[in-house]
Amino acid sequence: MYNIVSKTELATFTTQLVVEAPDVARKAQAGQFVVVRAGEKGERIPLTIADYDREKGTITMVIQPVGSSTGKICSLCEGSNLHDVAGPLGNASEIIENGLVVCIGGGIGIAPIYPIAREFKARGNKVISIIGARSAEYLFWEDKLRAVSDELHVATDDGSKGIKGFVTQPLADLISSGIKIDRVIAIGPLIMMKNIANATRPHGIKTIVSLNPIMVDGTGMCGSCRVSVGGQTKFSCVDGPEFDAHLVDFDGLMARGRMYGEEEKVSTERYQHEKNGVPLCLTRR
Amino acid sequence: MPDKEIIDRRHRIDPKEQEPAERIKNFDEVASTYTEEEALAEAKRCLKCKTPMCIEGCPVGIDIRQFIDEIKQGKFEDAARTIKAKNSLPAICGRVCPQESQCEKLCILSMKWTPVAIGRLERFAAEHEKQGEKPVIPEWNGKKVAVIGSGPAGLTAAGELAKMGYKVVIFEALHTAGGVLTYGIPEFRLPKDIVAKEVDYVKSLGVEIRLNQIVGKTITIDEMLKEYDAVFIGSGAGLPVFMGIPGENLCGVYSANEYLTRVNLMRAYQFPEHDTPIKKSNKVAVVGGGNVAMDAARTARRLGAHVYLIYRRGEEEMPARREEVIHAREEGIEFKLLTNPTKVVGDEKGWVKGIEVITMQLTEPDASGRRKPVPVKGSETVIDVDTVIIAIGTSPNPLLVKTTPGLKTNGHGGLEVDGYSFMTSREGVFAGGDAVSGSATVISAMGQAKEAAEAIDEYIKAKCKR
Ligand SMILES: Cc1cc2nc3c(=O)[nH]c(=O)nc-3n(C[C@H](O)[C@H](O)[C@H](O)COP(=O)(O)OP(=O)(O)OC[C@H]3O[C@@H](n4cnc5c(N)ncnc54)[C@H](O)[C@@H]3O)c2cc1C
Ligand SMILES: Cc1cc2nc3c(=O)[nH]c(=O)nc-3n(C[C@H](O)[C@H](O)[C@H](O)COP(=O)(O)OP(=O)(O)OC[C@H]3O[C@@H](n4cnc5c(N)ncnc54)[C@H](O)[C@@H]3O)c2cc1C
Ligand code: SF4
Ligand code: SF4
Ligand code: FES
Ligand SMILES: [Mg+2]
Repeated sequence: MYNIVSKTELATFTTQLVVEAPDVARKAQAGQFVVVRAGEKGERIPLTIADYDREKGTITMVIQPVGSSTGKICSLCEGSNLHDVAGPLGNASEIIENGLVVCIGGGIGIAPIYPIAREFKARGNKVISIIGARSAEYLFWEDKLRAVSDELHVATDDGSKGIKGFVTQPLADLISSGIKIDRVIAIGPLIMMKNIANATRPHGIKTIVSLNPIMVDGTGMCGSCRVSVGGQTKFSCVDGPEFDAHLVDFDGLMARGRMYGEEEKVSTERYQHEKNGVPLCLTRR
Repeated sequence: MPDKEIIDRRHRIDPKEQEPAERIKNFDEVASTYTEEEALAEAKRCLKCKTPMCIEGCPVGIDIRQFIDEIKQGKFEDAARTIKAKNSLPAICGRVCPQESQCEKLCILSMKWTPVAIGRLERFAAEHEKQGEKPVIPEWNGKKVAVIGSGPAGLTAAGELAKMGYKVVIFEALHTAGGVLTYGIPEFRLPKDIVAKEVDYVKSLGVEIRLNQIVGKTITIDEMLKEYDAVFIGSGAGLPVFMGIPGENLCGVYSANEYLTRVNLMRAYQFPEHDTPIKKSNKVAVVGGGNVAMDAARTARRLGAHVYLIYRRGEEEMPARREEVIHAREEGIEFKLLTNPTKVVGDEKGWVKGIEVITMQLTEPDASGRRKPVPVKGSETVIDVDTVIIAIGTSPNPLLVKTTPGLKTNGHGGLEVDGYSFMTSREGVFAGGDAVSGSATVISAMGQAKEAAEAIDEYIKAKCKR
């Protein structure tokens, strides 16, 4: 059992959980994730380690409730427990030194980009961060990112904060300004990552994306997370989750991400139904 | 003097089985345990041979003649004890051992008739194990051993070492213990409460099981060696192998590991009560001819699909347990023998809509006597399916080798070990089971683990003297 020591609503549909998981906290590095189960009948879902505190033995996760499993996790109360937390999984981000790095986080991807930006900054890079969301109410961690970035750009689809448009806009501006970008790293919806790959490809800028395919074990045992990278099949959980954006088959990944659309609808409806009848904080100690 | 009882030794006693039409609608066990009457009748078939060949066929050397005799005399608890002296998981092995190629293969009766149903009798005896009976655990000898993996190898090594007085901690990557017994072999062949009972038994010996610990990630072997006097690796061969044919990443293509893990470990057959989904398919192609392929096929059948089993050799060559092949046929699995997939065909949305296969022909036996399947040119056809499950094998997961400097593999991905001591290329690190041999059997994993446990004991004792 993994105790939820604090729970904060960071923004609309954005829940932050700080969870006691000393084994994970001890080893966690930027770019890695955990596999979590809310309860005994729960699905195993991957969530990025958005922050960690080795001394306190806690890890931080930021979660968007999009279906039944994330919904259940987000509805747990401070003081209650997650049934399982396994990790840290995946490879740590590859951190270059003394370069110019552009870190891009879209939507819930703002959370995982934070520890990576922090790490790049700590290793002497100039860090330009770009974060974006649908609208201002979905934005979070602006301050945290500003603190580890030399420059921060904000974009919202509706223009309610920062520039109106997608995160690709500030990136395009940076590229056309002629500065030499050593590395772009982007985390967010697949379509965003695909567009960023398309934007940097003609300029030969090395671009890394963190993929989020459907996972089960997260240890290389099932192959559910496989993705074609440069024509080779890779398992995201052990070979990634970060890959060279210019080699990733995004279309195949998008199709696989929709594989359980019908089942997910059934599960979400069932969860909504249960939730409406039962008080949320039943599990409070 | 009473007449000597006349025993008809020709036919073995079959236990009660669920009817095929019935059992494909549920995940309950197919075969029942013998009733006392059935067990007595079957035990009577045993000739109590002077030189019992059957024992030679058992990788752990159970005194088969003895335990069957005890059943014959109605001393069921004694029979269980006799088995347990050599095999700590009788309820499991009685169900899943490939008996026809081991103990039963060598039973003298098989020369003329059917062999004594040793596995079924073992399963029967296991049921009569005296509850709460536990070996006396010696006091802690002050030494600690870490075990990686809670499959049959890990559980056996841990149990044996605990009985010698070691403090043992098992590190298991998944959220439930049992290895393949839990995530791979389906409920209808090996009920999970039986596995759980065996895990509890190992715990009752004082073994601690830490779940959600991915060795190599959560903790490394080098870190373990600082705290433990030795490490045993029983991490299995869990890495799925794909065929490398076009279309393998389409939606609807599974590795058998994923399919079975979703259904067994995650209980997707009880979706949506359990959260993990599985595709309810109409037509499924399972590729392979081993136990894993049979399990995947029969699982898909129970989830409501028509299932084709695509295997490149003939039925004779199938490595699966005979019983599973028969059960699969009874359940309406359609065998496509001497057939091999060449590509998975997809629709415009990225979903499987068929599998292209080619007819195979077996060559004349080569020097090793094995006949090789070769494709017949131009014989490609497409079978309409919406799901493909690849069950052509697994290999050991490279995670431990990648994260442990100096840990060597034997070229097939398995760990290199000293044939006698089971020590790997790293001092104090031992290994056994599928992690060494590649995918094999439950009983061979247990057999190796037991020998490794003895070697670990010797090693630690020798180290103390130094
Ligand atoms: C490495 C990695 C890190 C991630 N980090 C975060 C994070 O920090 N915060 C966050 O909110 N989300 C994160 N995700 C995504 C998160 O795992 C999914 O949103 C979640 O699994 C959806 O589960 P659900 O039951 O709530 O939704 P569902 O309704 O079941 O699914 C919604 C969508 O999520 C995806 N999904 C479903 N099941 C899985 C699964 N088992 N594994 C991965 N994706 C799945 C599918 O594309 C699906 O269409 C991450 C995913 C990966 C692979
Ligand atoms: C579907 C299927 C059906 C089978 N049917 C039969 C049968 O009928 N009869 C038979 O005899 N054999 C059968 N087998 C084979 C048999 O199950 C295996 O040979 C046996 O389980 C091997 O035991 P093991 O302990 O070596 O490994 P496993 O059972 O694979 O256990 C390994 C354990 O180690 C864990 N692990 C792996 N890496 C790590 C790590 N880095 N850190 C922590 N933990 C880790 C895994 O999660 C797993 O729990 C079958 C196999 C499968 C897949
Ligand atoms: S353990 Fe397996 S091989 Fe040995 S007697 Fe039992 S069924 Fe036969
Ligand atoms: S070989 Fe067969 S008949 Fe002989 S002792 Fe063994 S089980 Fe009995
Ligand atoms: S999630 Fe199972 S192999 Fe990656
Ligand atoms: Mg879900």
